[in-house]
Formats: sequence, C-alpha cells, structure tokens
Amino acid sequence: MMLDKIILAILVSAIAFFSVYITTPFLIRVLEKRNLTVKDYNRVGGAMVPRPGGPSILVGILASEFTLYAFFSSVEILAIIITTSIAFVVGMIDDRKVLGGWFKPVALAISAVPIILLGAYNPHLSFPLFGFVRIPELYIALVIFMIPVTGNTINSIDVLNGVASRFMIVASFALTVSLFIIHNYDIAVASLPLGFVSLAFYKYHKFPSRIFPGDSGALTLGAMYGALAIVGHVEIIAAVALLPAVINSFLFLSSVKRIIEHRQIKSNPVTHTDDFKLMATTDKEAPITLVRLILAGGPMTEKQVGFVIFRLGIFSAVLAIVTAFMMGVKI
Amino acid sequence: MKGIQIFLFIFVMWILIIVGGGLLVLIVAPMTINGYGKLDSILDSGVKALIAMILVVVWIFTLSKIKNWIFHKQIKN
Repeated sequence: MMLDKIILAILVSAIAFFSVYITTPFLIRVLEKRNLTVKDYNRVGGAMVPRPGGPSILVGILASEFTLYAFFSSVEILAIIITTSIAFVVGMIDDRKVLGGWFKPVALAISAVPIILLGAYNPHLSFPLFGFVRIPELYIALVIFMIPVTGNTINSIDVLNGVASRFMIVASFALTVSLFIIHNYDIAVASLPLGFVSLAFYKYHKFPSRIFPGDSGALTLGAMYGALAIVGHVEIIAAVALLPAVINSFLFLSSVKRIIEHRQIKSNPVTHTDDFKLMATTDKEAPITLVRLILAGGPMTEKQVGFVIFRLGIFSAVLAIVTAFMMGVKI
Repeated sequence: MKGIQIFLFIFVMWILIIVGGGLLVLIVAPMTINGYGKLDSILDSGVKALIAMILVVVWIFTLSKIKNWIFHKQIKN
C-alpha cells in the first residue's frame, strides 16, 4: 500500500513538472504573437515580457491532480481541483481587465465555496503544543477567509523576477514535509504537484524572466496552497510557512490603510539608482512593502533582493516544519 | 546579515501565533454558556467568535507596535 503511494507520488510529481516545463515555452510564443506582453520596469531598457503564465500552471495542476483522482478518488482532491480552477478564472479576468480592489477578495471567497459544499474540511483548528479547538460555525468563515488571503498574499509578493514561484517552491515543499510529519499521507501526495509546478515554472520565471505568472498564475498557486491547508488540516503550519508574504501584505495594508490594487498606488515604493539597482524611495506617500524594507539598508540588484526573500522563505519553512513536529507534543 | 530585523519580525510573529493558539485552546474553548435554553449554542459560539475577533485585533495591534519598534530606522527612512 505504501509502495503504491510512493509510485503515485513520483508519477504525479513528474506529470506536474513536465506539463509546465513543456507547455510554458508554447505559451510564451502564443503570448508574444498576440502581443500580450508587459514592460519589466526593473530591467535596463525595459524589456517586454509575456504575461500571464497562469494557463501553463493550471495545466500542470489539473493534469497531475486528475491523475491522482483517477487512482484515488476523494472529495479533498476534487475540492482542490475546483477551488484552484475557479481562482484561475478570477485571475484571468483580473489579467484582462483592471478591476477594483475588492473584486479579487470577494471572487476568491466564492472559489472557497466548493470546499464547504463537498464537506472537504474538518472543523478542528489544531495548534502546536496545546491541542485543538472545535469551531463548527467559525470554521466555515475561516475557509471563506483563507482562500482570498493565501491567493492575494502570493499575488502581492509577485513583484520581482522569479520571487513568487521560488517562494512557492519553498512554502509548498515545507507544507508537504509537514503533512508527512503529521501522517496525513494522502494530502501530502496531493500537495506535491504544487511544488513541482512552481519548480518547473521557476525555470522560465527566474531572473531575467521570460514570462510573468500574472494574477491568474499567482492566484492559482495561492488558492491551491490555501485549499491544501484546509483539506490537510494544517492551517497554522501553512500560515507559518507563508509568513514573509503575510508580512508584505501586513506592511502594505497597515501603510495604505485600505484594500486597493497595487496598480492603484500612485507612489512607487522602489526606485532605481543610476546603475539600475533597486533603491527604497524617500517618498513619504509610498506604501511600506517587504522589498522597500529590504532595500532600506541600501541599494541592491533585483537578484540580491530576490535572494533575501528566498532566505526569509527558507527561515519560515524551517519554522513551519518545527511547528509540525510541535503538533505531536502536548503540554 | 541583510534584513536581520525581518527575520526577527518573522520569529516574533511565530511566537505570537503559538501563544495565541494556547490562549484559544486553554481559555476560550473550554468556556460554556448555560441557562438560555435553545439560545445556549448560538450565544456560546457568538461569544467565542467575539473573543477570537478581539484577540485578532489585539494581535494585529501588537504586531503593528513591534513592527514600528523593530523597523524604527527603516520606516523613518
């Protein structure tokens, strides 16, 4: 039985990785042909980069999760598939049309509904060291709240070449390891495609990016992460692994004091030096973001900033895995 | 190390999550409301939800203060 799961884990990981690895170059060509490109303001000369990469990310997720579902049908996998697909549609709409700041949170809340309708959740919230609380009514609100939070959090960290996909690799593999630690093997296998899809997409998204994920890519990754956290009963562990991105959203919201789209910000938190390094702005009106804080110590290249965020992701991943071990300890 | 304050902030957030969980499990969850007949379960959930929301507000307020303290120099820049 265990050997079957190992073979299935290898199979879905390979499908997830190679689906994205093979389809992304085709998607890049299609987007370039249709002139669906955006300017990369942080690159010398402002290269035009194809966007969105969401379709190839979704292909990888659906191909691998449907394969898993064929071998091992469960409402949890179905809930992951439907929620992630709806989040992708929300992202695609946002990629094509500039919508208000409230559109995404509300639309993503709707994408969480299949998890509730399919009953793919357990209304217990587990905490490290202290056990769990049973919150049947409140948990439904938590499900509705969690998908918009994870979706928008990943979307908000997608500001530099390769950052969102590399951050997602680290966070999702931390989640997979944590699911194995708490012996939730079925969802651990279902979580593997997220890490491998992110890994394959990172090949094209890393500096200098050949494609941007766009809202459709970032929301798809974020919503799947949130859905896995709920169906795998690892909500707190998932939140810990996501802390650098949560900090980014927290800093942004606490400085602008309302929910708005990044494109609606008039003052950019980051500017450039003469040699095109990134530099924190001195504009008091500009929002505080994670990148602005990192740059407060002095100008850095885009690659260097990305590496600091990567190290923060690794640190949070370690804390998440420690939290998973602490789930088995009661005081 | 670049961004050491951010690592510290993440660590503080982690500690606050664990402490907050402890408060919920040990103090809020065992509370029960009796004596209101059919309204008992609704009142029980409502009061617990209210306490949880107050805790979240306190958590955000605390984080905001810690953020200002840790990033004092950076935010002034």
